[in-house]
Amino acid sequence: MAEKVFDLQCPVPLNDVEHVQLAHGGGGRRMHELLEGLLLPSFASAALLERHDGATLRIGDARLAFTTDSNVVKPLFFPGGDIGTLAINGTVNDLAMCGARPLYLSSALILEEGFPMESLRAVVESMRVTAATCQVQLVTGDTKVVDRGKGDGVFINTAGIGVIEHAQHIAPSEVRPGDVILLSGDVGRHGIAIMATREGLSFETAIESDCAPLWEPVSALLQAGVAIHCLRDLTRGGLSSGLIEIAESASVHIAIDEVAVPVREDVVGACEILGLDPLYLANEGRFIAIVPEHESAKALEILGRHDVSSGAAQIGRLSEKPASMVTMKSRLGTERILDMLSGEQLPRIC
Amino acid sequence: MKYVDEYRDPVAAQQFADAIARTVRRPWTLMEICGGQTHTIVKYGIDELLPKQVTLVHGPGCPVCVTPLELIDKALQIAAQPDVIFCSFGDMLRVPGSSGDLFSVKAAGADVRIVYSPRDAVKHAELNPNKQVVFFAVGFETTAPANAMSVYQAKQKGLKNYSILVSHVLVPPAMEAILGSPDNHVQGFLAAGHVCTVMGFEEYEPLAKKYKVPIVVTGFEPLDLLHGIYMCVSQLEAGRHEVENQYARAVRKQGNRPAQQLVAEVFRVVPRKWRGIGEIPQSGFGLTPEYEEFDAETRFGVSGHTAPEDPECISGLVMQGAKKPHECTAYGKRCTPDHPLGAPMVSSEGACAAYYRYRRLREEDTVKLETQTHG
Repeated sequence: MAEKVFDLQCPVPLNDVEHVQLAHGGGGRRMHELLEGLLLPSFASAALLERHDGATLRIGDARLAFTTDSNVVKPLFFPGGDIGTLAINGTVNDLAMCGARPLYLSSALILEEGFPMESLRAVVESMRVTAATCQVQLVTGDTKVVDRGKGDGVFINTAGIGVIEHAQHIAPSEVRPGDVILLSGDVGRHGIAIMATREGLSFETAIESDCAPLWEPVSALLQAGVAIHCLRDLTRGGLSSGLIEIAESASVHIAIDEVAVPVREDVVGACEILGLDPLYLANEGRFIAIVPEHESAKALEILGRHDVSSGAAQIGRLSEKPASMVTMKSRLGTERILDMLSGEQLPRIC
Repeated sequence: MKYVDEYRDPVAAQQFADAIARTVRRPWTLMEICGGQTHTIVKYGIDELLPKQVTLVHGPGCPVCVTPLELIDKALQIAAQPDVIFCSFGDMLRVPGSSGDLFSVKAAGADVRIVYSPRDAVKHAELNPNKQVVFFAVGFETTAPANAMSVYQAKQKGLKNYSILVSHVLVPPAMEAILGSPDNHVQGFLAAGHVCTVMGFEEYEPLAKKYKVPIVVTGFEPLDLLHGIYMCVSQLEAGRHEVENQYARAVRKQGNRPAQQLVAEVFRVVPRKWRGIGEIPQSGFGLTPEYEEFDAETRFGVSGHTAPEDPECISGLVMQGAKKPHECTAYGKRCTPDHPLGAPMVSSEGACAAYYRYRRLREEDTVKLETQTHG
């Protein structure tokens, strides 16, 4: 080391955390530590170790998909949706990402004492309308009430069962070098809609969440016989985290092109103000499909026919090396790594 | 996006890069002061566009990175007290103190809140008269006016439950510390554009003259940086050492006078300790006697606290531009954004985090090439 010029000092290393932190649920590196360090080793079943959005199970001659999701969003109501639409769409979308037609849902409501009945009615009505749109039935449920101050209005857990009616195996393990990545539309809107409401920020035009069911375009791809290697909805952690998870679990290199990733101008503007990166923002109605290159044009044409995926675009491709890494070509033509965040993005100081 | 895309245009960027390549004849080392500039350089790969003769080193201008350990410890102590609402900008929450960070104090039950403006902290104080609301007033000259305004307003409103934990540092004394160091090899500076929107750039003229270094006030978009580098290299090749303003769309020579007046009313210049660098005389702000009652250190009795820092990491050398982050033996191994040893690995503006997030690929390529060369 060079001769000391000043009193060079450095903080002590951090030890492992003693308490659960918000980052453990943020969709980033901390959450993966929790999964790999505690949850996966404790319950290591074959289906769990696939690390997909849901489990695919064979029961008799039937192939089923099974998934669960807890919703703890704050605020409960936001532009473009509420906790009820999220609870139904989230589970329906996880089933769709397994290539399964969503059939039946369960729902458990955890309510806080004092929560206005009118708000509860609004949430339940959203759940009813969304379930009808998705053509799923809510077939079983549970309700608990906790003391005032011990909840955040309402938490909703949903689980879902879907049926796989085709012979394809759609999973991260199926992706191959040479495959291309199709993104179903612009990214970052849900994250900004939530943050803007939470922080009381208003923009010239309201940015609405992209919250939407995704089975329709996935079903259309399957019915048209498009070979699909992997599907992933881009919720917590956004596009970057979804890509990194797949690159790591399949040991492939994913290269994307910044210019090809659609981001709405108002979302870009909000991100500039807040110091956030749209590639890490949550979405609730966006997915990526990884398909063989020769299927790309056909798949994009089919996705383009559905409102929820009408902005679909090819954003990148897979190669062998450097394995387990995602890189992005910047708009200036230079290349950089996309890294998984520790937890949620933190707004920068200035 | 209008007024942003223009400054990220790839064709114009290449034209600037070509102009720099045509201008440069000798090797030069330039330092960008501000962490926001480091972020842009690494995010857009600006250094990849530059000729080999131009080396960029990353300066001490990330407020998160230079906040000393003992001040983080004070924040943790105050936040952990009952009936305190501790407000901070987001990226301070993950900065490690001697034991834990604000996130871990929050997880253990403290009321720690992320705010976007110190005025939000004042609002919390008004809404929670039975709580003490403390704002972590971190930053360079850029954030000083807003932080000063919060104290000014608290005094006007007669709020007895609002205070700030001051960690304000100033750019010119840090530049002087770097220039005065016998190890210094920085030959030109890109000064921090947003600091200069507040302060102007008159105070840089004596520095340019005394140390014979060109100083170019520079913005934060890719084209701003390339333009600033071009101006700086042009001066160096011509043997000039002047203060020039690349960021004229935001910066006036005299700065923002009303903001300066407010800062001068609330703050006075004091010595400050910089993490990784040590104490620099007259390098920061403290509250003036008229506003001392709003000093959280006094209110919570933590002003005497000091914390020994571990000498393992080289964050000080990185922030002075003497070393690149990946030249540290702990970088990417014992020190990552999840387990930062030093503050520059914490903030997204910190040089080490920016390197880690965006640059590992090229280093791995280098390692690969070296391995191949060595058989």
